[in-house]
Amino acid sequence: MQPLLQVQNLVKRYPGKKFVNSGEDLLALDGVSFSIVAGTTLAIVGESGSGKSTLAFCLACLERLTSGSIWLGDKDIVKLAEKDLRQVRPKIQLIFQDPANSLNQRWDVLEILSEPMILQGRTNRNEIRQAAHTLLEKVGLSSELGERSPRELSGGQRQRLAIARALALEPEVLILDEALSALDCSVQAQIANLLMELQSCLGMTYLFITHDIAMAAHLADEIVVMNRGQIAERGPTEKILKLPQHETTRQLLAAVPRLPRAVRPALEQ
Amino acid sequence: MASILEVRDLRVSYRSRTGGSTEALAGVSFDLKAGEVLGVLGESGSGKSTLAASLLRLLPSNGKITKGAIRFEGKDLLQTSSKELQGIRGKCISLIFQEPSVALHPTMRAGEQVRQVLAAHGSWGKSELREKTRQILSTVFPEEVERIIESYPHQLSGGQRQRVLIAQAIACGPSLIIADEPTASLDPTTQMEIIGVFRTLREKLGLAMILISHNPAVLAGLADRVLVLYGGSVVELGPVATVIALPGHPYTKALFASIPAPFDESGNNHKKKLTTIPGDSLTPSLQPGCPFEPRCSERMQKCRKREPELMKLSEAHAVSCFLVESQSNQS
Repeated sequence: MQPLLQVQNLVKRYPGKKFVNSGEDLLALDGVSFSIVAGTTLAIVGESGSGKSTLAFCLACLERLTSGSIWLGDKDIVKLAEKDLRQVRPKIQLIFQDPANSLNQRWDVLEILSEPMILQGRTNRNEIRQAAHTLLEKVGLSSELGERSPRELSGGQRQRLAIARALALEPEVLILDEALSALDCSVQAQIANLLMELQSCLGMTYLFITHDIAMAAHLADEIVVMNRGQIAERGPTEKILKLPQHETTRQLLAAVPRLPRAVRPALEQ
Repeated sequence: MASILEVRDLRVSYRSRTGGSTEALAGVSFDLKAGEVLGVLGESGSGKSTLAASLLRLLPSNGKITKGAIRFEGKDLLQTSSKELQGIRGKCISLIFQEPSVALHPTMRAGEQVRQVLAAHGSWGKSELREKTRQILSTVFPEEVERIIESYPHQLSGGQRQRVLIAQAIACGPSLIIADEPTASLDPTTQMEIIGVFRTLREKLGLAMILISHNPAVLAGLADRVLVLYGGSVVELGPVATVIALPGHPYTKALFASIPAPFDESGNNHKKKLTTIPGDSLTPSLQPGCPFEPRCSERMQKCRKREPELMKLSEAHAVSCFLVESQSNQS
């Protein structure tokens, strides 16, 4: 199948940032290539500092790459001018780890949902309002929450709102940068279910960036393991879990704190 | 063995801006033996951080301990003068906070931050202090301790900062350490490392610990017993292996079920819907009954009317649920 998003040889160099005042360059991404088929989930796992978030920022066009290309469909978005990027940005949306910081506390839920639509040039107030309500419903939030501020929502509700805001522009790819990490276990499961639901009914494509291998294993079709800006290993989820080839993958797998085996039967109830 | 900490019917409430008050802890009781590690498991709003803060009377100004007793080595901490308490905090009981990047002073070298803790609780000579600081830091940094002493927090990784906090906590040789989510913001390999540090501390120093976490797997590897908090009440308390293998409370069961199995060999559950608990834990329950009742899949009529008491399933394992009561009556 034709991949929806294909990245080739991404390099991101932060000049003089390796150590404070060292003058040495930090190579945050060093020749990263992969592709995602539409409607599937690709998980990017790796430790802190492996370049996961830099990758997210580059793909969402929030950071300029040093070199490399990002093909969305048949367009290389790296080569686009800022003016044309505006057309592309809605197609790749980013969701952050902490919804408390990524939502404007001074706005209410409906304002937060309307903003992206207004910025993209929609003007009909009623239509926008209607669309915002549809979005709320899509992510399982009650319309009554429309007038609330994000402060008055729970962590799970806030993350649902962040997802709704990202969906407002009908993106093709959703980048989830540690989007579940700040949530409680039981809420993580709720949001993970929402993501899977949206994938099956809207055909969403996800780039799921995480350090939680268990969740990555549950959600992803393919896994990319990153280490120091490079891809250590990539492949179908099952293969990575069963036959990890690279040392980094093995270390990450070994570091997952596990509930002892005895729990499993109790879970099946 | 004698208990070093006894908490009895601890109740804490917070005053809200509108003048109302919310009860964050609704009667929590437990014992901690010397050298024992108690894991406190709970989600947002369960009262776990309030518990940590109230044990040392460090609640924010709108929080108040309304009832209960906290006896530490025979002394009731709720009755002691604040001066006496100041001598206990950091010396006999240490608290490790959640966010290592915020808990350290950004413009002070790591060594100095440990030195200050020592200086606050004893009178030492200058060179003695320096030697002692080095010695304490080297228990958590087997290598490169010299570099760490001279480093500022921003020059350290998350795991290293957490180790500096641990060094501060053990500096004065406390008998109890309270750690609030010590691994929450770390990535899995570093998390594993810090769990290892706690394990060594326990073996080397025989410290008693209260370890607060929302992640049952972290507690599984460290704690002797686990106390499950929900809505400010203890819903389950028992040996960690028993609680994890045979959780008794519907909340504990549902919480464990919502975590995806890390390596599902069969691959059957891949992309399957995860089990969830409906609703969220932040809406306080206003009725007198069980705090978990509104979200419980096994709720009964009487759950709304009054809160079940902790009932013993076995000598060490207790659960507060009417289901358990009816089971034990039948048998």
